[in-house]
Amino acid sequence: MSEVANAKFAPGDKVRIANANPPGHRRVPVYARGREGTIERICGAFPNPEELAYGFDGLPKRPLYRVRIRQTDIWPDYKGSDKDVLELEIYEHWLEKA
Amino acid sequence: MATTDSHTHGHHHDHDHHHGHNHPHDPIEVTEGASEYEIMVHAIKELLIEKGVITGEDIRKTLEFMDTRTPALGAKVVARAWTDPEFKKRLLANGTAAVAEMGIPMGDAELIVVENSKDVHNVIVCTLCSCYPRTVLGLPPDWYKSRNYRSRVVVEPRAVLKEFGTELPDSVVLRTHDSNADMRYLVLPERPAGTEGWSQEQLAAIVTRDCMVGVAIPKVG
Repeated sequence: MSEVANAKFAPGDKVRIANANPPGHRRVPVYARGREGTIERICGAFPNPEELAYGFDGLPKRPLYRVRIRQTDIWPDYKGSDKDVLELEIYEHWLEKA
Repeated sequence: MATTDSHTHGHHHDHDHHHGHNHPHDPIEVTEGASEYEIMVHAIKELLIEKGVITGEDIRKTLEFMDTRTPALGAKVVARAWTDPEFKKRLLANGTAAVAEMGIPMGDAELIVVENSKDVHNVIVCTLCSCYPRTVLGLPPDWYKSRNYRSRVVVEPRAVLKEFGTELPDSVVLRTHDSNADMRYLVLPERPAGTEGWSQEQLAAIVTRDCMVGVAIPKVG
């Protein structure tokens, strides 16, 4: 892990995960694509797994965030408290300001 | 040599999304010789050794080390956090550094510790494969790697927890954590009532693996 010097987002920021379906090794689960959430924390900077998967060095490292999404925003018929959330790790290049 | 499973390193990984486990199960039957995957593992291992990337000794040492990893390590971490408020602060602020204090390395991954309280419950899954804090808890149970758990606990976590015997009232917020990239997660359960004055050893004995994945809650007696 490395510290993130120039992170685009800060904890509390509202973000949207790209609704994209590119081929290749992607670590964004399909259920999260196109969803809006909030930055829960900055995890650090890590080599890009989309590059590492094919033998490249994954550099420069990419900022990785934990994004918190309301369960009812992912699954319209979610059964449980409307305060329930799902949190997952998303690389910066999959995020835009919401 | 890597000591945890990792998405990001090409060698020594035993996570399951490359292994065709994305189906309920192969039929249970006696088969002749090694399976396709066993042959593949041997071929890759031989190539890595032949090319000087790793040695046979590296593999042996790692296997030996992984065999020393059990949920008892995680239970010790939890018991200390329950009795040492300063340690708990450090654990929640930087899980990797705090478990390193106790001699537990995270290898290639980072540890995030999430805390249960009377208002919040946490549960861990890896929907993409089966990432798990192996150096803290040892190897994951089969159900953790099953397609059933991985697909359902994100969609209907309360129903899944109920099947594990853990029923949460709607007043408790449920946080489901998908460890889909570089972090590993450990649940810090809430210390149960009736454990006042207990030693760390006594406390550690009620902290089970399932409590630290978040599908169960520590019980006294």
